[in-house]
Amino acid sequence: MVRQDEPSTPVERMDGHELAEVSPQHPMDRLLRRDRLPHIWCPGCGLGTALNCFLNALIQSGLDPDQVAVVSGIGCTGRVAGYVAMDSFHTTHGRAIPFATGLKLANPKLKVVVFSGDGDLIAIGGNHFIHAARRNMDLTVICVNNFIYGMTGGQLAPTTPTDARTSTSPTGNRDHPFNLAYLAAASGAAYVARWTTLHVRRLQRSLCEALLKPGFSFVEVISPCPTLYGRWNKQRSGLEQMQYYKDQSVIEHGADPRQADITLGGQIVVGKFVDIAKPSYLELQKG
Amino acid sequence: MTTTGALQGEYFISGDEACAEAGISAGCRFFAGYPITPATEIAERMAERMPDVGGVYIQMEDELASMNAVLGAAWGGAKAMTATSGPGFSLMMENLGLGIMTETPCVLVNVQRGGPSTGLPTLVGQGDMMQARWGSHGPYEIIALCPSSPQEMFDLTIEAFNLSEKYRTPVLLMADEAVGHMTERVTIPPVESLKLYPRRKPTVPPEQYRPFEGEANGVPAMACAGEGYHLHVTGLTHDERGYPATSSADAQARLIRRLIAKIRDNRADIIRTESKWLEDAEVIVVAYGISARIALWPIEMARAEGLRVGWLKLITAWPFAEDLIRELAARVKAFVVPEINYGQIALEVERCAAGKARTLLVPHAGGDVHEPHVILEAIRGAAGR
Repeated sequence: MVRQDEPSTPVERMDGHELAEVSPQHPMDRLLRRDRLPHIWCPGCGLGTALNCFLNALIQSGLDPDQVAVVSGIGCTGRVAGYVAMDSFHTTHGRAIPFATGLKLANPKLKVVVFSGDGDLIAIGGNHFIHAARRNMDLTVICVNNFIYGMTGGQLAPTTPTDARTSTSPTGNRDHPFNLAYLAAASGAAYVARWTTLHVRRLQRSLCEALLKPGFSFVEVISPCPTLYGRWNKQRSGLEQMQYYKDQSVIEHGADPRQADITLGGQIVVGKFVDIAKPSYLELQKG
Repeated sequence: MTTTGALQGEYFISGDEACAEAGISAGCRFFAGYPITPATEIAERMAERMPDVGGVYIQMEDELASMNAVLGAAWGGAKAMTATSGPGFSLMMENLGLGIMTETPCVLVNVQRGGPSTGLPTLVGQGDMMQARWGSHGPYEIIALCPSSPQEMFDLTIEAFNLSEKYRTPVLLMADEAVGHMTERVTIPPVESLKLYPRRKPTVPPEQYRPFEGEANGVPAMACAGEGYHLHVTGLTHDERGYPATSSADAQARLIRRLIAKIRDNRADIIRTESKWLEDAEVIVVAYGISARIALWPIEMARAEGLRVGWLKLITAWPFAEDLIRELAARVKAFVVPEINYGQIALEVERCAAGKARTLLVPHAGGDVHEPHVILEAIRGAAGR
């Protein structure tokens, strides 16, 4: 996208013909740490899309970015905190939620967003996740679920579907995965939605709703990892994974999250599953 | 009670309660904890008192969460603390490291009980002293204080908050069950009379601010979330802006050198000891916490026998008072170190004595304190009687 009010630089082709006018600035520049780019994510990864949707949702929400803090754990998604031009915290593995809890309670004026991956939030951080949801803690938790440990090279995650292959389940996962939407809903979250990175507009709308929702709001973002998950499971490009999401996903708002298990080769039920009014943690403290 | 909600006057309270009150007097307005004997009374007192002073008490799901919530609260602008004992202290080690790496001021209280593992939940131990020093991974320096009485539980908690702000680092209060559960007269001075070290805020605009660049004494000023500085804070090795520098041995060297130097180079300001009879001593009993108090009795008995015995109480366990021990080693025969473990601080004494004076450990497994005669026998042995 090129903004008319910004200077643009013509890009010269090797043969001397002018190719296009490219803005040296990006519309999200004010929300990104340009001096940290390029990012570390692989081609075909969904994290850029997830981050872009989040930043668009943030703008749409009308929240003041100076009063927004982003907290991440460890992993590929954990690097999100390092790229946003807001107060941002890259904590230890699994601990983004309790760190964010302290941050929020010490300064309730802040909007605190946890942005992390499935291994970080649900395996090593699983206990914190269910307790923050139980408390209806005033946090927005965005979980990018790629079904695998990316940063460490493609190991089994608590979300890896049964039979899916990873470097530590090379003959297929003989274990049951978590259904994150069900887990969040059962634990007490006030808002639960799931989208894939194919569903950019819907994802952005959900993220905006989640940002404005008091209490614990949870958005699961199913995201391609062609480098590792795809390679192990016959979806070698991001495009193939996006095609898979297109073929397999079914939008079903209000679906019972218990019926929304994700299986290898099965349907991916997406939509907004939970959006209920219940006192948030901070509201309960007021008595 | 004063207008700030802090107490003032004379109270008959336990060490744990005195610790909680000191937190409130020091301006702590965030406590996250998880119940554990013998530190639970600190959490209970905080749960009762925080609403009085407009602060936050939250009971977390475990000690991993408690320590992280404290770090988050510190970056949210609060003075924050947690309290635990052995098993919880083990769980906090991971994020004590995050606090050190991110230079986050906070106070972590360990009311030590008998260990290892679940050990003796209701009975005294001093077995976590080396864990306090080295329990989190990687190279670092730590500040740890050891109270010997409920009054010191109060005074040193204030001191712990001050040191944490001054050096922008977590500070450990290494108490023990005996001191935590002991109930004595505690004088709580008016808040206005306390010297409280404020959080040093940046004086430059956000674009010039370097949250991890050492200024005074190697310590950076600290902006908090929501103040417009767009901080980035990471447990990864980082540069002065806070940006990850994970493929740079230079960045690692710069950061670690400063983190260590800001404690080591300021040790004269940090280290506190208390002593008696050092002038004529040929044997010195070096102790801390409840053991320092217990040691006074056998020392007095030994002196009554004509033995020239001195008493050195380590108020600051870490950084270790090595300059003082080195100096004393040059002029005494021996150090006697009673501690409720099988030799931790004694190893430091021995290291600093460097063969110039003998070091005699008086170990005790825990569950109760040393019998005075055991320490007396060690003193006699050290004196060659």
